[in-house]
Amino acid sequence: MKYINIDKKNWAGGLENLYGNYRLFGPAKNNKHHIFKELGKGELPDLNYLNTLPSPKSIAFPQSETMFEYSLDENKKGHHILKEINKDYSPRALIGIRPCDAASFLLVKRNFDTPEYKDPYWLRAYEATIFIGLACSSPYSTCFCTSAGCGPFHEDGLDLLLVDEGKNFIAKILTPRGEKFIKSAGWETEADPTVAEKIIKNMKIKAEEKIASFVSTDQLKNKSTTRLYDATFWDDIAFACINCGTCTYVCPTCWCFDIQDEVSRNSGLRMRNWDSCMYPLFTIHGTGYNPRNTKVQRVRQRFMHKLKYYVDRYNDGIQCVGCGRCIRLCPVNIDIRKVCDIMNNYGSSSRLET
Amino acid sequence: MQNPYLPYPVRIDEIITETEDKNLKTFKLVFLNPDDEEKFSYMPGQFAELSVAGKGEVPIGIASSPTEKGYLKFTVNKVGLVTTCLHSMKPGDIIGVRGPLGRHLWDTLKGKNVVIIGGGFAFTTLRSSIVYMLDPLNRMNFKDINAIYGSRSPGMLLYRDELAVWETRDDINMHITVDGTDDPDWKYNVGFVPTITEQKAPPGNSDTYALICGPPIMIKFTQPVLDKLGYAHDHIIMSLEMRMKCGIGICGRCNIGKEYVCKDGPIFTLAELDNMPKEY
Ligand SMILES: Cc1cc2nc3c(=O)[nH]c(=O)nc-3n(C[C@H](O)[C@H](O)[C@H](O)COP(=O)(O)OP(=O)(O)OC[C@H]3O[C@@H](n4cnc5c(N)ncnc54)[C@H](O)[C@@H]3O)c2cc1C
Ligand code: SF4
Ligand code: SF4
Ligand code: FES
Repeated sequence: MKYINIDKKNWAGGLENLYGNYRLFGPAKNNKHHIFKELGKGELPDLNYLNTLPSPKSIAFPQSETMFEYSLDENKKGHHILKEINKDYSPRALIGIRPCDAASFLLVKRNFDTPEYKDPYWLRAYEATIFIGLACSSPYSTCFCTSAGCGPFHEDGLDLLLVDEGKNFIAKILTPRGEKFIKSAGWETEADPTVAEKIIKNMKIKAEEKIASFVSTDQLKNKSTTRLYDATFWDDIAFACINCGTCTYVCPTCWCFDIQDEVSRNSGLRMRNWDSCMYPLFTIHGTGYNPRNTKVQRVRQRFMHKLKYYVDRYNDGIQCVGCGRCIRLCPVNIDIRKVCDIMNNYGSSSRLET
Repeated sequence: MQNPYLPYPVRIDEIITETEDKNLKTFKLVFLNPDDEEKFSYMPGQFAELSVAGKGEVPIGIASSPTEKGYLKFTVNKVGLVTTCLHSMKPGDIIGVRGPLGRHLWDTLKGKNVVIIGGGFAFTTLRSSIVYMLDPLNRMNFKDINAIYGSRSPGMLLYRDELAVWETRDDINMHITVDGTDDPDWKYNVGFVPTITEQKAPPGNSDTYALICGPPIMIKFTQPVLDKLGYAHDHIIMSLEMRMKCGIGICGRCNIGKEYVCKDGPIFTLAELDNMPKEY
């Protein structure tokens, strides 16, 4: 494994060198919170942050994205025929992404990149992106990544892991793409691998010790879907929910979308937009019949999808990386950690069954 | 990378008004690029997204059979935005077709007795199945074929000319029925689909499969009849409807439990449905 020492004095210069070769995206402060945005020339990512309020999923899955264009003008050749649009899929770098969020891309890839169908919009953007992670040293109290399949120094999904040592970053090169990135930045000072490894290991242990909350997921697979679905605890869980949809919008692992046409005069676009299982319109039929007509059905869908349907479909953990966004931002304090434990323990103890 | 959201352009070749309330029209569509027809290789029971530029897409069962070459047929009920726009279109207009979508179970049905039970306008994909099985090249692959099809009144039956022909054939037992009629010349059955099923359907056995499509109320009352006739739940095949967008299991909209109705369905055996949440 190769490690590079990046003196922070050379940070801005390196990014400057990268600017022509990659579109750079990084955290930036927007009013009160951080978001990921495209950085202009000379603009530095603000790495003094815990995590962004919305997840960086929009880098490959924009909240609103044009799919096709068409003309409705009968005098034009090819009118009413949908056409693909040229998009900018030149290399882009996501600088300072947290390891949990990087892991979410691998998770979501299962949905967009299937043996039968490939979602070209997500996949092209994903393939154009290089992931420069920033290890976490001070997690939120709501983070539970270590029991959700990743962790503050988790490397899966990253091309490069940056570890902040105060005056410098140690960059751990994880893929050839990461190596290429480092080269084009001009950061060349190799670190002694044994020393670097040791420093990172110690920091990792400390960071993991700071993760204060956990979920248990070991029993989810064994539970009967229909019994969990019919359980009586859903009314209590959903009681305070106002179906605002915040939890699904900020979540890095929520991928649902709607498809809509938009017309202006004689030309039109087919778009896709984030959608949410929290909304009644998500499932209503043209006839007015709605199989998920009540709030409790919709709240149940969100948790059953993340903690049971996904678990059964892919047999590789829960559909959640433990970033804690939905917990921090829910206006009525609905907490996926509690729901996960209730589901995981359901049926094994009578106290938790109701 | 092939874009699975891009519809094939098609031209509306013919529009047939099917029912007396004029709410159901059959659209015969022809591919603008002949190569696309080959790519759109389908089996009865599958569906497609019909795409109307400026309005959107709707999932519609394929009513034509793969044995009918040169065109596709869809029968569309006028419901909301897209379907109303379709109903206002005319031959020559350009729309799009995306698919074929969903799975089919024809490998299971090969060499078996097939009982088709349909109600209302859900008969569309069952028409496709019948035309497919009756094709001279396919008929020997199936044993007895029974079909029970009912609607409210004679004027609400789809594909009336074809039904009349099937009634006269001896390689299919056709049982047409209506809920009621004051037509003195009505030659066929009167009664609800579950009642006629009880009277006419052969008893269930390991060699006999029932395919059901219809409104929820019909399915609800037909199921106990099939139980009584001895049909095992893995020998009852049904088609489900959910609101859909992508049709390819990606947009997350149409799940029942861990299954996406668009991709893992829309047809399921009753045995499969027994293990899924009752959320449809
Ligand atoms: C597998 C399948 C096969 C179908 N086959 C047929 C058929 O052969 N003939 C027929 O007339 N109808 C069929 N339907 C129902 C048909 O798709 C809806 O009636 C139609 O989508 C209503 O669209 P709308 O724009 O007119 O209504 P609106 O209410 O204006 O709908 C707006 C959007 O909602 C979605 N939507 C609304 N209702 C449904 C629904 N019931 N199912 C799926 N999506 C919906 C569509 O994406 C539509 O674009 C089928 C549905 C499914 C899932
Ligand atoms: S953020 Fe909270 S209140 Fe809003 S939909 Fe999610 S669970 Fe319900
Ligand atoms: S469900 Fe909540 S904690 Fe899990 S990934 Fe989504 S926002 Fe983060
Ligand atoms: S319609 Fe998109 S997942 Fe089924």
